[in-house]
Amino acid sequence: MTGAILTALMSHWFRRPFQMATLILGLALATALWSGVQAINAEARKSYGEAADALTGGGLSDLVDPSGPIPHETFIRLRRAGWLVSPVIDGWIAADRGRVRLLGVDPFTAPRNTAIGADRFEGETDIGTALIVNPATARRLTGADRPLVVDSAVAPGLALADLTVAREILGDTGYSRLILLPDQPLVRPPLNEIAPELAIEAPETAGDLARLTDSFHLNLTAFGLLSFAVGLFIVNGAVGLAFEQRRPVFRTLRALGVTSRRLVVILMLELLAFAAVAGALGIVLGYLIASALLPDVAATLRGLYGATVEGALTLSPAWWLSGLAIAAAGTGLAALGGLVQVARMPPLAPARPRAWAMVSRGTMRWQLGLACAFALTALMALGIGGGLTGGFILLGSLLMAAALALPAALSGLLHLVSRFGQGPIADWFWADTRQQLPGLSLALMALLLALAANIGVGTMVASFRDTFTGWLDQRLVSDLYVTTEDEAESSLLQGFLASRSDAVLPIWHTEGEVRGAPAEIYGVADHPVYAENWPLLAGTPDVWARIATGEGALVNEQLARRENLGPGDRLDMPGGWQAEVLGVYSDYGNPLGQVVVPLEVLVARYPNADRDDFGILAADPEGLRTALIEEFGLPESRITLQTALKAVSLQVFERTFAVTGALNILTLSVAGLAILTSLLTLSAMRLPQLAPVWALGVTRRQLARIELIRALVLAALTFLLALPVGLGLAWVLLAVINVEAFGWRLPMSIFPRDWAWLGFASLTAAGLAGLWPARQLANRPPAELVRVFSHER
Amino acid sequence: MLLCVETLEKHFPGTAAPVLDGVSMSLEAGEVVALTGESGSGKSTLLHIVAGLEPADGGSVRIEGAELAGMDDAGRARLRRTSIGIVFQQFNLIPSLTVAQNLAFQARLAERTEGLDLPRLAAALGLTDHLAKYPEELSGGQQQRVAIGRAIAPRPRLLMADEPTGNLDESTGKAVFDLLLGQARETGAGLLIVTHSERLAAAADRRLHLSRGKIAT
Repeated sequence: MTGAILTALMSHWFRRPFQMATLILGLALATALWSGVQAINAEARKSYGEAADALTGGGLSDLVDPSGPIPHETFIRLRRAGWLVSPVIDGWIAADRGRVRLLGVDPFTAPRNTAIGADRFEGETDIGTALIVNPATARRLTGADRPLVVDSAVAPGLALADLTVAREILGDTGYSRLILLPDQPLVRPPLNEIAPELAIEAPETAGDLARLTDSFHLNLTAFGLLSFAVGLFIVNGAVGLAFEQRRPVFRTLRALGVTSRRLVVILMLELLAFAAVAGALGIVLGYLIASALLPDVAATLRGLYGATVEGALTLSPAWWLSGLAIAAAGTGLAALGGLVQVARMPPLAPARPRAWAMVSRGTMRWQLGLACAFALTALMALGIGGGLTGGFILLGSLLMAAALALPAALSGLLHLVSRFGQGPIADWFWADTRQQLPGLSLALMALLLALAANIGVGTMVASFRDTFTGWLDQRLVSDLYVTTEDEAESSLLQGFLASRSDAVLPIWHTEGEVRGAPAEIYGVADHPVYAENWPLLAGTPDVWARIATGEGALVNEQLARRENLGPGDRLDMPGGWQAEVLGVYSDYGNPLGQVVVPLEVLVARYPNADRDDFGILAADPEGLRTALIEEFGLPESRITLQTALKAVSLQVFERTFAVTGALNILTLSVAGLAILTSLLTLSAMRLPQLAPVWALGVTRRQLARIELIRALVLAALTFLLALPVGLGLAWVLLAVINVEAFGWRLPMSIFPRDWAWLGFASLTAAGLAGLWPARQLANRPPAELVRVFSHER
Repeated sequence: MLLCVETLEKHFPGTAAPVLDGVSMSLEAGEVVALTGESGSGKSTLLHIVAGLEPADGGSVRIEGAELAGMDDAGRARLRRTSIGIVFQQFNLIPSLTVAQNLAFQARLAERTEGLDLPRLAAALGLTDHLAKYPEELSGGQQQRVAIGRAIAPRPRLLMADEPTGNLDESTGKAVFDLLLGQARETGAGLLIVTHSERLAAAADRRLHLSRGKIAT
């Protein structure tokens, strides 16, 4: 019996392959966008985890000497005293496209079951002299004079080696740190008796990097979810239509003795089969999307956070399963309403396909009520919500409210516009368009979401780009940036530049803990270029004059927002002194808090500050660069032109948003597809409405033209309504999400030219989507239209 | 007795008078009973209740001794699958299945395909040349013949037809009725047929007239 029922149900799809393709494609696209983003996130997180495990010895504490490397003798002394420690040499080696971190470890004393333990090296026959690297890093080290052992479990951008090998490469300067092994003997002399210069450092966990990058991944996840939701609109449309079209079949099956429970179970089986096929297809598509986007994401994470992520994907069974699960869950969600209807449908329910394409005031009122509830949630999230989660609740509620209110808003707009119509055709056009709204509303909602996301994210990125470029122009005041080897070279350089440049501005800095979090402390020279160029978000009067006299400090926006600091507040600085906050400056792209003090104060308070970086003002930066290389002998790699630095910064910026740009286009394409499928599936059901108009003397060609115009009008009105929603979304992204995620707020700019382009794109998409069904109508044989009347009873 | 209906009652909300007011009737195997009456007299309601498509408010319906009121939804569905064949006025064919598939459909549902000779059935119904077609490609009379074929294919004990010729012209209607009658006689099924046509009713073994919810013989 089940076979007979399945045959009857499935025959619907085989008779309507386009509808089946729509359902599968919609679900596959939704799954693809979701699972693609998940694959990217998982790959990045896996890389952080491996890197943290390797660099921290699996989450164990270290012994470090704040003044420099630890001599071998200290290590011996500690071991003899009973301290179980394992030495590590940490440094960098040159590689293609930059450098690779070299970690020299002692496999015999290193903690087991970690990325650097003895068990990790078992089976590596050539470990004596080799570097163990993953395949991607191996490709970057092809010029190395050491044998390479390729092991895909090693974190990207990392080379593991035996201590002796690391010492040969990096020089015998002592150990960078000693890992404190677990299970230390209970009785052992205290550390300050054996090596008082050493300090215990708590493990750096993967959490640090994960926390920094969490907001980035959350943004990606939110975008993936939005795309998934847009895809589900298609699925919901296709499933809803199929359910409506099959109402007579369901009724007949019930009348012929099929129980509603069996019918629902078989429908669920049918949907599950679709979910399996579409899910598998979606996972493959998701893999392709993730593969295409991962290099950009890797570059973003490297540029923004210094996190190394491998540019290639590895697929886990869990990812496949989660992709199939999300496809099944999405199908279930999209079909839930239909299934409930079937379960409740009495055997004598009206057989004619009814509500799907008919105006239902009740549904519209219900949607409007729900939209109000979402709007209220958004207001509450704005008023009392906090944190990133609150921001995303605000964002999600805003979008849902807008989508659900769309049919009512469009109906109102159409009613308004219809007053200007003249003649019977115009009257029919507006009335018929309003009647079609429920049938098209899901597709139009998808279009609204895609357009609003496009406008919102586009406005955010363009505002960010505007602000960032202006900020770079102002902030990078020096024409040339150089890094010296040591203090002796710094003195020589300053002498060399005295007569060749307009000014030499030291960029000296140190790191420390400010209000319990790591921060950078920079020294700034007393030079008018800062006062002229450095934009401040807030400041006391004569802020630069007061900085010059050493009266206080500037803090970056991130630190100011995190600690609620403003001009006039006092700030406890590392080393036990206080500075008055004199101003706040924007500092885009920096995850850390930053404090700027006068150079003299930095040198006096932190004698060990890094004094190797300088900014140089020069009339002829290119000429000075040549002189520094040829006359002073400074390696080329330690000189950066301001123009080059700006170019790199902008490149990082552009790559950061390449991913969102790509997802934007994909989401818009999915929405375009939703319109196409809705119009096509509706076109067959529209015949009873079009045939009488045709019979009254409107040609098929005219009807087709009207159908096309209708698609364009609906897309244009949806675009108009998407504008305020998109701008609201941009405001939420700039003023709420960015502040919570990154700690800085960006001014919002308006880009009408971008909107014009988007409007054109959406009309083109709607036009293309409307063209096919219009063409079908223009070429429909009159006999098919006549049949409408012969079926009437 | 194949079908026994006793003091059946049915009210619809919003209407003062009952649609069925103590209706009693019976049907023997191989017997053909025509049920006539004016529009709104309750003919279709009686048929729906007997088929288990609609519940009664009172009285009893027994098919081959099994009381319908004591059955749950699954039980009534099983009865429709295995013991009853229904022919609707609107045909109710499955539009996405071919004529051949539609003909065999209820037999497959009832798991009684053994002995089903589809070409012979199609030939008897005059559908041999249409087996690969879809319902939308057939005329009304042809569609009703498919509906009759579907109903009789599993050889049900009770055949019911709700105005099977209501949508057909007179000559097509007569042909369809003759076919239904012939098939019922051939299979020995009891046939309860609702019709407005005096001429068709006259061809039945017995005639019941329903008026204002009561049987008037």
